[in-house]
Amino acid sequence: MADQSYYDPKDLRKFGKITDWQEDLGSKFFEYYNSVFQEGALTAREKSLIALAVAHTERCPYCIDAYTKDGLQRGITKEEMMEAVHVGAAIQSGASLVHGVQMMNKVNKLDG
Amino acid sequence: MKTQSLKKRDSELAQAKRQLEILSNGIFQDGELPTFAEKIAENGHFPLRPRRLEILQINVGYMCNQVCEHCHVDAGPDRKEIMTRETMQQCLDVIKRTGAHTLDLTGGAPEMNPDFRWFVEEAAKAGISDFIVRSNLTIIRANKKYYDLPEFFKKYNIHVVSSMPHWTRGKTDKQRGDGVFDASIEALKMLNAVGYGMPDSPLKLDLVYNPSGAFLPGDQAGLQAHFKKALLEDFGIQFHDLFAITNLPISRFLDYLIASDNYEDYMYALVEAYNPAAVQNVMCTNTLSVSWDGWLYDCDFNQMLGLGVASPVKHISEYQEDLLQDRKIVISQHCYGCTAGAGSSCQGAVV
Repeated sequence: MADQSYYDPKDLRKFGKITDWQEDLGSKFFEYYNSVFQEGALTAREKSLIALAVAHTERCPYCIDAYTKDGLQRGITKEEMMEAVHVGAAIQSGASLVHGVQMMNKVNKLDG
Repeated sequence: MKTQSLKKRDSELAQAKRQLEILSNGIFQDGELPTFAEKIAENGHFPLRPRRLEILQINVGYMCNQVCEHCHVDAGPDRKEIMTRETMQQCLDVIKRTGAHTLDLTGGAPEMNPDFRWFVEEAAKAGISDFIVRSNLTIIRANKKYYDLPEFFKKYNIHVVSSMPHWTRGKTDKQRGDGVFDASIEALKMLNAVGYGMPDSPLKLDLVYNPSGAFLPGDQAGLQAHFKKALLEDFGIQFHDLFAITNLPISRFLDYLIASDNYEDYMYALVEAYNPAAVQNVMCTNTLSVSWDGWLYDCDFNQMLGLGVASPVKHISEYQEDLLQDRKIVISQHCYGCTAGAGSSCQGAVV
């Protein structure tokens, strides 16, 4: 079925329902989550862009939808959003590439 | 970017009845989402009643030099509805004996009504000192006959409230039409030049932000800070406050929501963002809206949906404050737009 997927965008609306089966831990999570996104040393706007970048590196479609919309609500431009995605992508690819040093170390040890 | 009003395009959404059918059916009719009446009843706000009348909001015509993507009035150059001097005189008669202290002129582009200046002058003589004019800015640069509007506004100490969808050209022009951003910047510079919007200036210049798409406005204070920084740094422009306004699901915005398959998600977002604290301060509780032909409404949005006041008094010519004060405010699902988040209405956040 072409219109079926493991991910349904409408499921994002039900996120709050995770407390139904474990109210204490779920509530603690949402309390923590909401506190994280309050204005702090970082602005809520900066946090939104960080969240958007992480949403991409975590490959979470719900989070991408949520923080794209959040960014639009805050007046964040599409250019700023794409730059944030590149920051995430750069760290992600850097994380792969920096392991190349381990490979080089191993090659040097085994075949130096 | 459309260049004609829904009415000119013969769109079914030009009919208020059709809009109300869409708003009342589907997710609301089958109970998936609570109706606005059910929602406000949870907090004891049903029926919604007016407080003391403070603002008379007069729509002097639907004619406009712009055709904005999300205009709730469906205004444009092809709209010819315009308030006559006779109806303006009836409004003036009411102004003289009403408790309202603020006259809020809107449109379309209110300045395009040929009797706009006469009306302001006469209202000033009638004792109104608190004027609001909802200017789209570009009208000031549209034609030489409007170039002196900043001086005219200044002469009557008019509070100018102007739409400015974004501090970037791309987002502004997408919503309001090519060239609107540059013309708006020029107009803002002209207003600044006569003292409007400057710090400590009594000449109030406020901007109105409404989202360019199917999402709600974010925190008003945060948006204001960004607008101020960007307009000052990029263009040397200053203004006083930013009002963040939620797009109501009516007229051209409803058309956009349906065409872009965003209608249901948007209604969910409005209902989820419902804030009971906003209900008691929404504009319909202290404002009365008068249409170009003198009919009375609880707000400009109800005017566009043809939802007249629930009162024996229906027209400005038969105005009786005590009878109007006794009315129940007419509501429908679009009212969720004014109670989402920090609230909205024409004055921005209300909580």
